[in-house]
Amino acid sequence: MMFGKAQTRNVPALAAVCLLALLVASANPGAAGQTRPPPSESREAGLQAWAGIARVLRHPRCMNCHTTTNFPRQGDDRHPHVNLVRRGLDGHGVPGQMCSTCHQTENNESSGVPGTPNWHLAPLSMAWEGLSDADLCRVLTDPKKNGGMDLAKLEEHIEHDPIVAYGWNPGANRKPIPGSRADLIQLMKTWSRAGAPCPSRTASR
Amino acid sequence: MLEFKVNGQLRRVDVHPDTPLLWVVREQLGLTGTKFGCGIARCGACTLHVDGSPVRSCSFPVSAAAGHEITTIEGLSNDVSHPLQRAWIAEQVPQCGYCQSGMLMTAAALVRLKPKPTDEEIDFAMTNLCRCGTYPRVRSAIKRATGQAEGRG
Repeated sequence: MMFGKAQTRNVPALAAVCLLALLVASANPGAAGQTRPPPSESREAGLQAWAGIARVLRHPRCMNCHTTTNFPRQGDDRHPHVNLVRRGLDGHGVPGQMCSTCHQTENNESSGVPGTPNWHLAPLSMAWEGLSDADLCRVLTDPKKNGGMDLAKLEEHIEHDPIVAYGWNPGANRKPIPGSRADLIQLMKTWSRAGAPCPSRTASR
Repeated sequence: MLEFKVNGQLRRVDVHPDTPLLWVVREQLGLTGTKFGCGIARCGACTLHVDGSPVRSCSFPVSAAAGHEITTIEGLSNDVSHPLQRAWIAEQVPQCGYCQSGMLMTAAALVRLKPKPTDEEIDFAMTNLCRCGTYPRVRSAIKRATGQAEGRG
């Protein structure tokens, strides 16, 4: 079976891994009882930074694997992943068709299949589809849902986790997340210094 | 020089590290049972195992195979005695046959973890494409091989 070039480019975007797809894998059970230092940025600055963070999290490169469904999505139109790909028990696919059946540790130039280490879906506790900015913020900062991460761990994840870097280097003709990873890191630091405020539910869309 | 085991034998190859494992297996090692289909990891004709897990080898750089154990269709058994191979013959699954080595390797990976796969588990594992439409017989053969015989499809 042969496919055209356009399909080739779209193909295997088991897509979008990004921010926080590894949260559960790097769980830190001690984070729930965290104490935060006093804010050194204003709440307004923090909320503004959060709006920028939320824009990143809503990008298809992130959302396609932060689904509420038992399958990932792919492409900028976020269609269900081809080949009946399923979440499986741990987000790594099902016997016979694991994520790693097609996705390796790097983007594959010849096939167009994207890759990064530990390619997988985010757990359902980190499903972001349909959430308002306010609820997205609360999910992200809830250690019971985010794998036990405190703010320091979140920042570390964003700065150093390869699965986050993928969002800006998706390969083939997939659109990268606008801006840079450095921009996101800066937004995270500002938000964190403001005490990681979340918008009120009435103010958020 | 890259080194890995293929069907139990240590092999060394001197190729560009980005070369798809498919082409190394076929052209450097002469194991032509693994087929080229789409080249984009969609059809599954190139499926083989790396450390027992299914991999679409057209999209798997040979450098990632270094130090690992590769199993191709030629290594599934050396005398066509694998239960899936026997079931494939009993159910007369292949028509043109081109996709069938990939089908068998995917099925072998499935039954290794799911010794009695349900219809749904078969559906979500066996996403290999077959232009002859052998899907019902593939299902029947997997059921037969796993002691859930349901007759010829």
